[in-house]
Amino acid sequence: MIENVDLTLVDWSRAQFALTAIYHWLFVPLTLGLSFILAIMETIYVRTGKEEWKRLIRFWMTLFGINFAIGVATGIILEFEFGTNWSNYSWFVGDIFGAPLAVEGILAFFLESTFVAVMFFGWNKVSKKFHLTSTWLVAIGANLSALWILVANAWMQNPVGMTFNPETARNEMVSFWAILFNPVAIEKFLHTISSSFLLASMLVLGISSWFLIRKREEFMAKRSILIAGIFGLLSSLMVAYTGDSSARTISEVQPVKFASMEALAEGKSNAGLVAFGILKDSDKKIGDKTLKDFVFKIEIPGLLSVLTGGTNEAYVPGITDNISGNDTRGIISVTDKIKRGRVARIILMDYKRALSANDSKLLDSIKDIFQSVKFQNNYFRYFGYAYINKPEDVIPPISLAFYSFHLMVILGFLFILIFGMALYFLFKGSLSENKWFLWIALLSIPLPYIASELGWILTEVGRQPWIIQDMMPVSIAVSKISSGSVITTFILFAVLFTALLISEVSIMVRQIKTGPKH
Amino acid sequence: MTIMISHLFLQHYWWIIISLLAGILVFLMFVQGGQSFIFSLPENTLQKTMIVNAMGRKWEFTFTTLVTFGGAFFASFPLFYSTSFGGAYWVWIAILFSFIIQAVAYEFRSKPNNVFGQKTFDIFLFLNGSLGPFLIGVAVATFFTGSAFSLNSMKQVQWGSQWYGLEALLNIRNLALGFAVLFLARINGLLYLVNTINDEVLIGRSRKKLILNSIFFLVSFLFFVVSLLFSTGFAAEAATGTITSEKYKYLHNFIQMPFVLILFLVGVVSVLSGIGISIFRRSVKGIWYTGAGSVLAVFSLFLVAGFNGTSFYPSSSDLQSSLTIRNASSSLFTLNTMMYVSFIIPVVIAYIWYAWNAINNSRITEEEMRSDDHVY
Repeated sequence: MIENVDLTLVDWSRAQFALTAIYHWLFVPLTLGLSFILAIMETIYVRTGKEEWKRLIRFWMTLFGINFAIGVATGIILEFEFGTNWSNYSWFVGDIFGAPLAVEGILAFFLESTFVAVMFFGWNKVSKKFHLTSTWLVAIGANLSALWILVANAWMQNPVGMTFNPETARNEMVSFWAILFNPVAIEKFLHTISSSFLLASMLVLGISSWFLIRKREEFMAKRSILIAGIFGLLSSLMVAYTGDSSARTISEVQPVKFASMEALAEGKSNAGLVAFGILKDSDKKIGDKTLKDFVFKIEIPGLLSVLTGGTNEAYVPGITDNISGNDTRGIISVTDKIKRGRVARIILMDYKRALSANDSKLLDSIKDIFQSVKFQNNYFRYFGYAYINKPEDVIPPISLAFYSFHLMVILGFLFILIFGMALYFLFKGSLSENKWFLWIALLSIPLPYIASELGWILTEVGRQPWIIQDMMPVSIAVSKISSGSVITTFILFAVLFTALLISEVSIMVRQIKTGPKH
Repeated sequence: MTIMISHLFLQHYWWIIISLLAGILVFLMFVQGGQSFIFSLPENTLQKTMIVNAMGRKWEFTFTTLVTFGGAFFASFPLFYSTSFGGAYWVWIAILFSFIIQAVAYEFRSKPNNVFGQKTFDIFLFLNGSLGPFLIGVAVATFFTGSAFSLNSMKQVQWGSQWYGLEALLNIRNLALGFAVLFLARINGLLYLVNTINDEVLIGRSRKKLILNSIFFLVSFLFFVVSLLFSTGFAAEAATGTITSEKYKYLHNFIQMPFVLILFLVGVVSVLSGIGISIFRRSVKGIWYTGAGSVLAVFSLFLVAGFNGTSFYPSSSDLQSSLTIRNASSSLFTLNTMMYVSFIIPVVIAYIWYAWNAINNSRITEEEMRSDDHVY
């Protein structure tokens, strides 16, 4: 089957999905975070009754609205691209993957879209408390929608709660709760929403700092910095905590991704944590793939072993262990996995032939094989490897995974420092005097966006070549349409999204310069 | 979780949910219908602002219903999702494209420094308002007329035309339903304006436009329905799942499912009543009749497409690849789990109703457009 795959089509389909996802994620985190900041501000307004707060909320709400619309627009494409560009994937796992998307629509999108209308247009039409409730419901709805799509994405990283049905040639759900409470899903959700809260807090902090630099809107700026500072500091601490636990889970469920993001060629005990480093091509190769080595690195000895295994004696498998296998550590080689995957595929094809021939005896015997735990655990779990040509093909781009991860982590620690300093200067009463810090806060606005996108690059590129870890490579998942069609739509989307982004940024800048209305 | 409900029951249950969502979506496309008048209905900028704001306060409902419709289809009938979206690529991409430009157009059009000017975003609204309902109608018509595709043993779709769905535009019956949906959306848009806006001039102009649009709607809708009743349909044998052509299949479906026929007729009469009382009695409540009628008519058409052993997504090139609610559905477990989720839908409808009324408790006036600071 793989010999028929048009790699141009696969690459362009990936490019189109990546383009849509990257643009979508430029807008969504701000919606997730700013909605809660608005809800907190409006709670203060309702409790104090001070009109200055209302003026402040309406300013931030205008920015929220501009951003919200474009986030919604890019989101619809992502949902439907699973069908348009990844139709084989949609059938193979639609029984599982479709459910969170439907739940997202029913439980979250309607909540968000219903009450966002009240939030924007209801100031003079509904009571203060109803309006406040609506604002909170928008925040909850937005973040609930994130939960469901992240549950779906987490399942792609760590498929659980399903079984393969040879008759329908697809995976079918057997436990909704296993999918919802997938450890990857919980960590991914907490990490993603806390990083979104952080991003929104940085935007509020940065814009408020600009007002202080310009000596305008001091009340609004300082109140906003107070809320953004506290919210941002708590969020950035949460990001660090959930990031650590996420990395640990990745080391268990996606060991090749983990070894690649650490650029760990060979496994070892007492493995050091590389805080940062510069990579170069190594002398070592696996097949035709060159591994990476360090030109220089800042390393904390033993810490990687401690973080992943709880002790510095813990063995951290490297890329070589995961590809070539390590009998001592109980790691199966990819070559062996390919063999097992091919056995599973042959049995599936036998089933299909028996189905065509209406051979009920053979069908029953193959069904029994599929239902055996031994076959599921030792063969079918490696089904995706049947489509892998060479063992080294399961190594993701190491440099991209490494730099994405490490830059994200470094930025994460920088954010804790920035929010901490903002609160320090604010409580000390010297914020306006420290213009250098206000400039840093302003110039830091793009940094959480970069960190957030890097996180998704690590998640998605680090999973390659899989669309579903170990079960389905992207090359098999793609829709069989002409690559020319996908190239055309890629260009159309690229032009449209870029134009809309330019328009959005231009509008936002103008609204910020205008400031809150009187 | 104890599973006691049969797979067949759940397949029918979920087709009902999908059909209901489709009906609600067509009603909510009054937003698109209203947008399609952005250049032809208003006499001045203020009137245009009122039209845009009347529709702009509801666009998210239509959008969310479309997304939920897609999500529910994916969850309950994934083989349709993979077959149609992965094959009729260009039709779905064109529909999606028209919805992307809508979402931003409202928020961006009147904002200073929007780079491309208000006119550009108004054109976006017009394009979404015209193309969105038309293309959705064309895509849905293929549920009755069929598409050229085949599925292999792994259920992977092979589309039979290099136009990837655009070939549906060459079928006159598909075009008829496309125009019927477009003109129904325009009728609902006009009647929503009549109900929501406090401007006699604009209301008068809306009523005038209603007449011609109703004629166009009736012609295209009747053509589609009559051709449907006399067309050959696609029947699935209950025991084997074998698909065969059946003359007058959809006529048979109406006759064999009298409750669906009654729903359909009530829907059509309700739409006609809404138009009638708006034109002849100068009523402002026509939207509720045409709205309810739209939901019922579309709902019953979907039931005719999928119930009574009918293929709801027939293949014209390989009959046995045709999709039915039985061979395209999710597993018993998934449908059952999703059924529990669907129980929350009445709660969703209740809070939408409450919030809708809270915002629509007074009609849109020129004064409000001048004074409110969140005006599109």
